[in-house]
Amino acid sequence: MPQLRTIRRLYAIFFFCLFCFLLWRTEFTHLQGYEVHLFLELDPLTALASGLTSATLYRGLALSLIILIPTLFFGRFFCSWICPLGILNQAISHFFNKRRPAEYVKQNRYHPIFRVKYYLLTVLLVLAAFGVLQIGLLDPMALVTRSFVTGVWPALQWSGAGFYLLQPHFLGGVGIALFFLAILLANRFMTRAWCRVVCPLGALLGVLSWRALFRIRRDVDRCNDCLKCVSSCQGGCDPHGALRVSECHLCMNCLEQCPEGALHYGFIQSRTSLGQPIDISRRRLVESGVTAMAFVPMLRSSYGVESTPHPNMIRPPGALPEADFLARCLKCALCMRVCPTNVLQPALLEGGLEALWTPILINRLGYCEHHCILCGHVCPTGALRPLTVTEKVGSSSPKPSEPIKLGTAFFDPGRCLPWSMHTPCIVCEEVCPTSPKAIWFKKVALTDRKGQTVPLKQPYMEPALCIGCGICEYKCPVADQAAIRVTSVGETRSWRNRMILDGQTPT
Amino acid sequence: MDDTDPKTRRSGSRIRQVEPTWSRRRFLQESGLTTAMAVGMGLVGYWAYTPEAMRQKHQEILTLKDFRVAANALYPALVVVRGRLVEAMVREAVATLGGISRFVQRGERVVLKPNVGWDRQPEQAANTNPEVVAAVARLCLEAGAGAVWVTDCSINDPKRSFSRSGIEAAVQQVGAMIKLPGGDDFRPTNMQGTVLKVWPVANFFHQADKVINLPVVKQHSLSGCTLAMKNWYGVLGGQRNQLHQNIHASIVDLASAVRPTLTIVDATRILKRNGPSGGSLDDVVWGNTILAGLDEVALDAYALSLLDLTLDQVPYLAMAEARGLGKTDWRNLNWQERQS
Repeated sequence: MPQLRTIRRLYAIFFFCLFCFLLWRTEFTHLQGYEVHLFLELDPLTALASGLTSATLYRGLALSLIILIPTLFFGRFFCSWICPLGILNQAISHFFNKRRPAEYVKQNRYHPIFRVKYYLLTVLLVLAAFGVLQIGLLDPMALVTRSFVTGVWPALQWSGAGFYLLQPHFLGGVGIALFFLAILLANRFMTRAWCRVVCPLGALLGVLSWRALFRIRRDVDRCNDCLKCVSSCQGGCDPHGALRVSECHLCMNCLEQCPEGALHYGFIQSRTSLGQPIDISRRRLVESGVTAMAFVPMLRSSYGVESTPHPNMIRPPGALPEADFLARCLKCALCMRVCPTNVLQPALLEGGLEALWTPILINRLGYCEHHCILCGHVCPTGALRPLTVTEKVGSSSPKPSEPIKLGTAFFDPGRCLPWSMHTPCIVCEEVCPTSPKAIWFKKVALTDRKGQTVPLKQPYMEPALCIGCGICEYKCPVADQAAIRVTSVGETRSWRNRMILDGQTPT
Repeated sequence: MDDTDPKTRRSGSRIRQVEPTWSRRRFLQESGLTTAMAVGMGLVGYWAYTPEAMRQKHQEILTLKDFRVAANALYPALVVVRGRLVEAMVREAVATLGGISRFVQRGERVVLKPNVGWDRQPEQAANTNPEVVAAVARLCLEAGAGAVWVTDCSINDPKRSFSRSGIEAAVQQVGAMIKLPGGDDFRPTNMQGTVLKVWPVANFFHQADKVINLPVVKQHSLSGCTLAMKNWYGVLGGQRNQLHQNIHASIVDLASAVRPTLTIVDATRILKRNGPSGGSLDDVVWGNTILAGLDEVALDAYALSLLDLTLDQVPYLAMAEARGLGKTDWRNLNWQERQS
């Protein structure tokens, strides 16, 4: 029978490849009904935290029960067998953190700093219970997806991989990439430092595995205290001693290292060593919770899109109203991966701290393709509703419906060629996708500096027809700052961010 | 073994400790409990599962009651009272219309809606005269009203507007209450209009039994005048600056959504120019008049003469008449002029 460690490695390779495969599939020509958000849906933490903010278990997030329930019986198998970030951390630790055996023993012992993750989890879940979803900053699935989408994948393209037709660019992608590299680099100093110290999903699974029936057991009579198990331990869970089952990643290294065959994974047997409960202090736990609770009203009273609409916070089609959107968005960036035009970008602080890395449209980088609805269909939490094309573009028959507006375009006549430079242009009118076109023009004959009459077409925008797709801004020949620009006013999802008295009913 | 490490030493005592072997009963208990937790999680998941990301938040959309009292042919439809003593003029006007007991019953909650739009003093005539508001409040309290609330959604800072208009002090002196609408005081309300559909309306108007409109006569550069019908701007929250895009239709929509019990127009001072905010005493003339009645269209039509306007300069009046809100031809109504 193959060794458990070997099986674990095969699983790890399989799931890491599956993760990369699904991420590669997350694209217009390859999507084809693949469950590309599978890893985010399997993640019990995203299901739990988004469930806390809105009391729902949205569609595929129910798949998280596949991880959740076995964890009760078998422990944190997810961390070493399925989690792409855990697998990556383990591989890097394995290859780049080579030590002498004695140093290994020292490094892989349990350390009280491992408790930090439980307090972080507490903070994030208390925030979620008050409707503030910030789990995506540290949740490993969201983090690794975001880092791959805005960092690794574009970097591969830059190095010549050819995943994309054009090199994608992401706003502040370097920040996300540096954070990711720092996590990987930390393995150089402590094996699986992220998983042991920070990972809130690891903490959640740790809590759930506290009474796992299957766990690493040590036969105290066979054990000769050689400490080889500790030297190869990934979790720092003290297999030689009283096992800390909540820290155990089920890497199975210790089983294979033990020369005496004293360790086994399974039920309790005679002469089996003790286990240990989670090493957390109730006082610290309460402190973390209270701190998070105190933070909520302060966060809510800071300036943000909810209090004051921001012109540049243009959300993708199907985005929920801002408060609901922020209560659902994981910042996983999968929408940015699937977006064919690269218009979806991770926001910085335009929409407040809460909206960091949530998707916005930057129309100089791309535009919202008129008949494209992909972003809502890859969103794991429903922050972007899965739309039909008819819902997005509206229809006149059989049931008349309004198109979804992302914002409204405005002309800047001082920069517009026909308006102030006696130069024919009208590209914006040409590319405007609505029918009838939102951009129209008046024919004028102006006298230029030399006294010659120039026939021109000067463009105008019809606010009732403009859907804010931004193609006019993207294609405007004024290369730096376009002469027509979209701002968020008039967006369908908000009944406050409006300018025209149109009798719209709030939804 | 590394005995120099204190942590190892501490747990060292436990290295040789052995868990007691489980009896069959213990095993069944332990595994049963874990299975129960698993089933519980499954049930929670089943209960919480939904194809929608958010649970539907059901926000009730209200409509405003009709606050009018029955028409009575015994009393005039429109009263014009001239004089200088404001309280006496108000009492005379209400008495001519049948007395306050026709409008306010014992125990009712009466909401007074003066125009308190601006951080201006009474002499500047940008807000309703505080003496008028106080006189009406006192009348309502004398009629046994359970509560008299005075409210408006001011354009300037509400605290400053109510304080510097003199209305806060005058009203509190007679024992009525000021209600300043805060962030949570608005309810989505279907105005059922042609341009106004669902708007946030101050909840005080939903809580009221009777509503009395107390406008002031002012010039307004877009609509021509700010009179009784336009005074209903002050029930709205939200982005009501959009109403300027179709101001006449908006005014008619507002007047058809809010049907007051009684309207008393303050023309003691008249802001003739630079309205509706004014600011200079040069813009103000003495009007020494109080108008009262049940027909806002007729009242507004009468008040046009005080601002030297004609009906065709103010399209909303004809639109309101066409909508059946009242009569612009006040001369053919039963109207009376009194001296006080």
